[in-house]
Amino acid sequence: MPGRLVLSLNNSVLGEFDLDRERIHIGRKPENDIQVDNLAVSGQHAAIITILNDSFLEDLDSTNGTFVNGKLIKKHALKHGDVITVGKHELKYLNDEATSDSGDFEKTMIIRPGMASHAAAAAKVEATAPAPATTATSAGGTKEMPLGKVQVLNGRMAGKEMTLTKALVTLGSPGVQVAVITRRPQGYFITHVEGKHPVVNGESIGGQARQLKDNDVIELAGVKMEFFVIT
Amino acid sequence: MSLEGKLEIYGLTDVGRKRSHNEDSIGSDTSLGLLVLADGMGGYKAGEVASAIAVNMILEEVRAGLKRVRPGDTDDESGFSRESMIVRDAIEHANQTIFQTAQSQPQCHGMGTTVVTAAFYDNRMTVAHVGDSRLYRMREARLEQVTSDHSLLQELVDKGFYTPEEARKSLNKNLVTRAMGIEREVVPDVQEDMVLPGDVYLLCSDGLTDQVEDEEIGDILRECRGNLEEAARTLVQRANEMGGKDNISVILARTLKPFKARKSWYSRMFDWF
Repeated sequence: MPGRLVLSLNNSVLGEFDLDRERIHIGRKPENDIQVDNLAVSGQHAAIITILNDSFLEDLDSTNGTFVNGKLIKKHALKHGDVITVGKHELKYLNDEATSDSGDFEKTMIIRPGMASHAAAAAKVEATAPAPATTATSAGGTKEMPLGKVQVLNGRMAGKEMTLTKALVTLGSPGVQVAVITRRPQGYFITHVEGKHPVVNGESIGGQARQLKDNDVIELAGVKMEFFVIT
Repeated sequence: MSLEGKLEIYGLTDVGRKRSHNEDSIGSDTSLGLLVLADGMGGYKAGEVASAIAVNMILEEVRAGLKRVRPGDTDDESGFSRESMIVRDAIEHANQTIFQTAQSQPQCHGMGTTVVTAAFYDNRMTVAHVGDSRLYRMREARLEQVTSDHSLLQELVDKGFYTPEEARKSLNKNLVTRAMGIEREVVPDVQEDMVLPGDVYLLCSDGLTDQVEDEEIGDILRECRGNLEEAARTLVQRANEMGGKDNISVILARTLKPFKARKSWYSRMFDWF
């Protein structure tokens, strides 16, 4: 069973809400599932995403913030007895039947493909900036492959660009310094292959694969290049 | 080109301490440089049917497919090597077979399986996976998880609701968001990487990773350096000591020498400059 929320102000209970939907909105405006009509509460203040029996709270960039047990949070996995504060109102999360460690949960179960990603992606789209392509999900719950490029910043080839469409691209000078950029569903990663370890944003990446972020500057065999996310 | 003498493989699967039978399946071909591990699920004995179909069909189809391609060729549209496309297609075809079997055989209804497969060729490797079976790589004595689980927990970590530490303590570890045999179509995650001599690769089911922390897996691989059989036995033994709640499967592969294709290693190194 999913949990429920008990809304109260100054210890007097105002209402009780079952978390029986994938997504429940909390805010001052009437279109919210849980409306808290107080000026300290933002129009769209917070959302609760429920997946199977577990619920997750996300602050929707509210003006005065969302607190759990007195602590300011942005995202929080709710536990039985947690007290959520929005403005002066309190919402107590009750779920004494939360996932137990016994019985069926030891067995691997399949949840409907896309269910979790759908809920989570929906949270992303509605709550924050436009969702990057890497979190887009289709009916199958699959991630699109990312697309990025590198552009040379110095030397004879300055300005030259290469779109990273291959699953694996090798860079550098054999015998001197070589690195490889791999394209994974969760992004691009640079890994050392030969010679000195490559440098990203002025720091050696060591022997581990390192995920590339937009505008990272890679230095390899004397060539500086910048990485860009396209989609 | 045979990878005999260039790649060493050792696999081990164990029922664990709590289950009555083993639903995992493993398979490998050293000459081809191919490793497949699947963790089946579903009532009665259907889980092991699903994982066995996955392993056998993928081995067979990739074996046949590799004969048809020139090593190191790239598919321009997808950016993947031909070998990657063969592995991906083999997983998709095995998925269809498992799905159809699950639909048509009442005793197989609801069965499914995870899969992780690694193919080595031309100083490269392709890894493709569906579900929460993983591939790790040990290079320069450091262990790195290469695949990212298709699990509810991983999605919650990706979305920022849990830190990886919180996720480890979470109770519902075993909810996978993608599996073979559940729908008519499945999309495996496919990635490629460069292989260096001395790399050790570990394919494993969640029966290992739910019981043994990554740090300890790394310690075991370092201590057994080079001895794959000892490492595999130690990993399985450790998972059993920690509870053995699920079936435990591992396949280890170690690259001994470079295995370049006909084109020279260096001519292909120059993708760009």
